[in-house]
Amino acid sequence: MQFMLLFSRQGKFQLQKRYVPLSDKEKKKITRELVQTVLARKPKMCSFLEWRDLKIVYKRYASLYFCCAIEDQDNELITLEIIHRYVELLDKYFGSVCELDIIFNFEKAYFILDEFLLGGEVQETSKKNVLKAIEQADLLQEDAKEAETPRSVLEEIGLT
Amino acid sequence: MVVPSLKLQDLIEEIRGARTQAQEREVIQKECAHIRASFRDGDPMLRHRQLAKLLYVHMLGYPAHFGQMECLKLIASSRFTDKRVGYLGAMLLLDERHDAHLLITNSIKNDLSQGIQPVQGLALCTLSTMGSAEMCRDLATEVEKLLLQPSPYVRKKAILTAVHMIRKVPELSNIFLPPCAKLLHERHHGILLGTITLITELCERSPEALRHFRKVIPQLAQILQTLVTTGYSTEHSISGVSDPFLQVQILRLLRILGRNHEESSETMNDLLAQVATNTDTSRNAGNAVLFETVLTIMDIRSAAGLRVLAVNILGRFLHNSDRNIRYVALMSLLRLVQSDHSAVQRHRPTVVECLQENDASLSRRALELSLALVNGSNVQAMMQELQAFLKSCPPDLRADCASGILLAAERFAPTKRWHIDTILHVLITAGSHVRDDAVANLTQLTGGQELHAYSVHRLYNALAEDISQQPLVQVAAWCIGEYGDLLLEGNFKETEPLQVEEEEVLALLEKVLQSHMSLPATRGYALTALMKLSTRLCGDNNRIRQVVSIYRSCLDMELQQRAVEYDTLFQKYNHMRAAILEKMPLVDRGGPQVDEEAKESKEAAQLSEAAPVPKESQASQLLDLLDLLDGASGNAQHPPLLDPSPGGALVHLPDLPCPPPPAPIPDLKVFEREGVRLNLSFIRPPENPPLLLIIVTATNSSENDVTHFICQAAVPKSLQLQLQAPSGNTVPARGGLPITQLFRILNPNKATLRLKLRLTYNHFGQLVQEIFEVNNLPVESWQ
Repeated sequence: MQFMLLFSRQGKFQLQKRYVPLSDKEKKKITRELVQTVLARKPKMCSFLEWRDLKIVYKRYASLYFCCAIEDQDNELITLEIIHRYVELLDKYFGSVCELDIIFNFEKAYFILDEFLLGGEVQETSKKNVLKAIEQADLLQEDAKEAETPRSVLEEIGLT
Repeated sequence: MVVPSLKLQDLIEEIRGARTQAQEREVIQKECAHIRASFRDGDPMLRHRQLAKLLYVHMLGYPAHFGQMECLKLIASSRFTDKRVGYLGAMLLLDERHDAHLLITNSIKNDLSQGIQPVQGLALCTLSTMGSAEMCRDLATEVEKLLLQPSPYVRKKAILTAVHMIRKVPELSNIFLPPCAKLLHERHHGILLGTITLITELCERSPEALRHFRKVIPQLAQILQTLVTTGYSTEHSISGVSDPFLQVQILRLLRILGRNHEESSETMNDLLAQVATNTDTSRNAGNAVLFETVLTIMDIRSAAGLRVLAVNILGRFLHNSDRNIRYVALMSLLRLVQSDHSAVQRHRPTVVECLQENDASLSRRALELSLALVNGSNVQAMMQELQAFLKSCPPDLRADCASGILLAAERFAPTKRWHIDTILHVLITAGSHVRDDAVANLTQLTGGQELHAYSVHRLYNALAEDISQQPLVQVAAWCIGEYGDLLLEGNFKETEPLQVEEEEVLALLEKVLQSHMSLPATRGYALTALMKLSTRLCGDNNRIRQVVSIYRSCLDMELQQRAVEYDTLFQKYNHMRAAILEKMPLVDRGGPQVDEEAKESKEAAQLSEAAPVPKESQASQLLDLLDLLDGASGNAQHPPLLDPSPGGALVHLPDLPCPPPPAPIPDLKVFEREGVRLNLSFIRPPENPPLLLIIVTATNSSENDVTHFICQAAVPKSLQLQLQAPSGNTVPARGGLPITQLFRILNPNKATLRLKLRLTYNHFGQLVQEIFEVNNLPVESWQ
């Protein structure tokens, strides 16, 4: 996979994960164009389109578009499964996920994706394992935070 | 006083609360200033929060480069929270182009050897997302060590990181090849999946690796078989299919291993048949596996029966209610239509049904496939379907459909009359979308006297109804001019005899001449036709003479010239008129050179029909009939001629005193990188001043081949650019055969020529992209 984008109907991004380097200008141009193309698709059309020299696979879940760019030799149908699996993971993690969850926890969305895909390839096919890994990382973060909390509170109210 | 910094969530709320773009910008600018200050001298404990906010702002499209160094600091910190956000920042803000990215190499190295799994995971993830070639070289041994770790969590990530490393630095294959065999024995799906991906990558890059890994085919088969026959497993099943991701990956590797290798392919036959028949296809997951199986069957040297099975599976897909499945089926069948034509033919009726799809991308595929399936025996039935489709299809498909029909008609027409009818029908239905070679095509149709009469009758009737479709009008005008006498005879066997009066014919041609819908070229046809009629009709030629003399003062150069010459014919050369305007001899299509007689027929008047540069040949003096025929009957895919060639294609530039050729414009070297060079040569054909031809030549003197070479160009708006297909897209190393490509630029206003080029190609295993404007364009190229 070359990249995965999540964006709303208004064209606002919730996630942009790239596995192939691009210059900033290119990035902007590509994402703008692609988003327009996908948003222009009618609801009954198929999930695949050809764009430049890439194959684009996209699926709409509620108000969010999940859009992946794959290479010529990649299997479109399995990419749909990848997208679906990612949505399931988000759902399990957030408990019935909605767009707001992803907006307010965008970094978590990235972390979850990074446990499922690595370097553009699927790394773990067991939902359980992915969620377990995230849980462990979250716990590690929590433990660390707990140890430091009193200090942060003092900072916040302006008493150093 | 310390200003309390916003939490990430609060910032997000504030941004979302902004009602206008300007307000949002304000909020963000304020926050960014605060973040910047905080980076400078804020609390290190809160740094991760600041970076998180910055990343959010970056995702919305605002600049965030000042956060790059912070990423480094956070990654180097010992807190997990810091590292998590730091690495995320590195993946989003740093990439190969920034020198800063190398600085994280050390941190990654430390984190990899630390032994804390989540941290190792973060490091590997970052490395595999944005690791540059230098980073990969530096860290290869670290990653290799991790391949042998006991923990599957780290191992699977290490394996996929190795895949990324090989993509960046192919030489690292040597390090990562040996562990693969052992890794295949693992039972953890994640590890297996990664290993198979790694092996696939290795095999794609090196023929030795390919040979080496052929011996693991039995093992792969075993794994796949177990997956297929295992029952439901909560952990890995999707809709009754065990781990479809793994299955698809195995099938893909088998495809690569079995390609062009009889022995290996044979061992796979049974397994593939088993997968094809046992997979549950009620949901997408199963279909994904089935699809991959079909792709594999078609690509290796599989048994004939298996291939037929594969095509039938695709045929079944065509009936599937899921649009996506129909799409992949159409795509795959299109790829197979050359190699397995008869098998695909069996599904022709279904394919034709797919023409009715609402989805444009599906109907386009169906159209391509239908056209590919037309052959001698089904041509009439198919034509009917296709013509019906032409009437109702969306506009962007019309041109392709029309030219497809015409091409097919040409190849498979059972009778000339049917051919003429078909072309006529296409011109009437979709005339304005038809490519210009169709005009030349139709006018070349030869046959006995009867067909001339038939054609001209039908064309006349069509023209009388509608004079807006230019190709139709042009052909009709030409025919009426040539065969006007047959038209007036009205004596004709196969259609009802129609009485057409001379005056009607002349009136029609005049109408075409005057209509604002007629293109200048069309008017040219009409005028010439009128002229020819002056010898074919019996009445006196006053009306014609009048029209001709009116056009003597026409503003259009071409028409004016013709009119003046025709008028001269009436006056000074009246005695020659009949000979000059006599009928064209019948031409043998695709035959040898036109005989001398035809060439030398005194067509001085046809000076004015001197056609501009034809598609194929450049600036040739003699408009070879064959060229036009080749152009017409050859690829309907070629872009249309800039100026359509007149229907009087039997036109030659006789011995014109040509102006001395202008001094040649010097070549220009525009690009050089690592032995790859791009050179431009310019030609300004003297007979067509606004036209500039640029030949782009790409050469390669390096040690490595250049592949997937694509060159694109852009010019200012006032100029017209046409790119022809390049001669290829590979330039072999060490001065191998260069790629050439022709650009045609029309510059009627002599505007300053500016040219911007975009090159993409693969060289030394890397993707190269260059966009640049060509400087120092010689002035003679546009003045």
